Amino acid sequence: MTRSIPAEDGAKLTSAPARPRPATDCDLVAAFVILAALAVAPFALAAIGHDFWTDVILRAMILGIAAVSLNFIIGLGGLVSLGHAVFLGIGGYSVGILADLGIDNGPAQLGAALLFSAAFAWLTGMIALRTRGVHFIMITLAFAQMVYFTMMGLRQFGGDDGLTINYSTTFGPLDLGDKDVLYYVVLAVLGAAMLGFARVRRSDFGLLLKAAKGNERRVSAVGFNAYRYRLAAYVAAGTLCGLAGFLDANFTGFVTPSAMSWISSGELIFIVIVGGIASVSGPIAGALVFLLIEEWMGGLTVYWHFWFGLFLIAIILFARNGLVGLLNQRRPR
Amino acid sequence: MDTVLFVNQLLNGIQLGLILFLLAAGLSLVFGIMDFINLAHGVFYMLGAYICATVAIASGSFILGFVVALPAVLVLGLATEWLIVRHFYKRDHLDQVLVTFGLVLCADTAVKYLWGPQGLSVPLPAWLGGQVALGGITLPAYRLFIVAVAAVVALALWQVIARTRVGMMVRASASNEEMARALGIETRMIFALVFAIGAVLAGIGGIMVAPITGASIGMGNQIVILALVVIIIGGIGSIFGAFVAAIGVGLIDTLGRAYLPSILGAVFSPSVASSAGPALASILIYLTMTLVLVFRPSGLFPPANR
Repeated sequence: MTRSIPAEDGAKLTSAPARPRPATDCDLVAAFVILAALAVAPFALAAIGHDFWTDVILRAMILGIAAVSLNFIIGLGGLVSLGHAVFLGIGGYSVGILADLGIDNGPAQLGAALLFSAAFAWLTGMIALRTRGVHFIMITLAFAQMVYFTMMGLRQFGGDDGLTINYSTTFGPLDLGDKDVLYYVVLAVLGAAMLGFARVRRSDFGLLLKAAKGNERRVSAVGFNAYRYRLAAYVAAGTLCGLAGFLDANFTGFVTPSAMSWISSGELIFIVIVGGIASVSGPIAGALVFLLIEEWMGGLTVYWHFWFGLFLIAIILFARNGLVGLLNQRRPR
Repeated sequence: MDTVLFVNQLLNGIQLGLILFLLAAGLSLVFGIMDFINLAHGVFYMLGAYICATVAIASGSFILGFVVALPAVLVLGLATEWLIVRHFYKRDHLDQVLVTFGLVLCADTAVKYLWGPQGLSVPLPAWLGGQVALGGITLPAYRLFIVAVAAVVALALWQVIARTRVGMMVRASASNEEMARALGIETRMIFALVFAIGAVLAGIGGIMVAPITGASIGMGNQIVILALVVIIIGGIGSIFGAFVAAIGVGLIDTLGRAYLPSILGAVFSPSVASSAGPALASILIYLTMTLVLVFRPSGLFPPANR
């Protein structure tokens, strides 16, 4: 990232607007518009008889939550993780394995998903965050691959065939197996995650992360330990992504190791970048674009991945700030 | 009896290691010199296999397939560098990961369109298909052929980089690009050359492995990750490190797959052991890399000039 983040932060800290920041405004407006549209989408789609798209949007929202969590690491922290999808798997298998053992108690499954994700993020983060750049990319990939191969090797939990979940999670009267209930639970989690991201981005904690991304030495020179803040962000991101995995397992009723492959992690990065890195509305915008392209192009041609790849290359070549960046392309680069 | 099996597994491990080395060498050069992460490196591995398979099936000659595939992969490598890759040398790693991820998607789908979803199997000439008896142990001739070819390529690469004028330019560009340019070295040409040579090395790997596993879509995607692991263990930019790490990873993978199921079988039920064994072998590889990164962050054999 070539943007001069330290200067920007300095300007914000003294609350003297050195230059107008239309980015934030358009971004937040877009976030509210998207969330409002998602809230009414099931009714609108049911009215015109396209219920199928509700499922697509539900999946996009779950991926959107995972992408928001990745945005904490990539967008604020500037740390590229190629193993973030592992938390989708940890959350998913927490549901799957407990359901397999006959425990469909909601708090227990949710607790397991959050606890295991947080613990895994903390343990691996302590090691991974001591590395930088490409080594961070590779070590996060390595941790994800270890879990991936562990689940591939555990035949009693389905191995590479995956694990079917026969019982959905229930919280008292609330049954996540009901698609309508699940839809609004997911929407609420997504909204809370986006709000949380917006607040953290403006908080001292967020500023510190961004400052460390811009220049770690200066941050330590002013007396902050960037490592501790990054670890906190990493654990928060992993836990949130584990929650997305928990929701995904309830949506699909199925977990497989392939959800944790590096291809899945690559897709999450793609979603964050296409939407607009470090933006509030970017992850959900990117997730919607990703799934709509997949469904729409997948219906047109079996060779849709080719056009998808070209689209990706074009975005990286020409629209470096993603879709949200296109919204406010006023400043000359 | 057991030694025969062991020697065969050892040969398989070395052969896998050498194939990994062919991929890792190019990856390491591109990474070390241009600071470019190439997830699409496996594409050239796949294309080498497919082009060789097509020619070999059409003409009936594996050697002709080999000879035709090399310049074809060279041209494709140069074209990729010229069209896309060169714009990303100065970008950050995130953009590089994504653009090469896009290239992988394009290439895999293009191969599916051109050659169909089924893979191709490559016929071997009779003189490579048999067994060779060495000191009372029979070994498959083709595996020995792979070891010989890869060893020759590795030696040639080392000689070119260490002894020739071009190799000196490559090393100069790697250690200080600006200074090399100031001294009149066309670093752009060197970069294109290095990328294309890396593509050809990967192509050779794909060609060599095609008669064993066949050519299939996405065959490069798993092995390119292993090759990345190899260069991290060996030290980015170090050909020697890549060589040692590749052989090590090849041996861990092959011997782990062969012997871990029976070792685990002593404790667990056979069905558990047979699926957990290969998984554990893969985990061991990533565990090795993690330990190397924790204790020697720049790899086992980091290049001296960095």
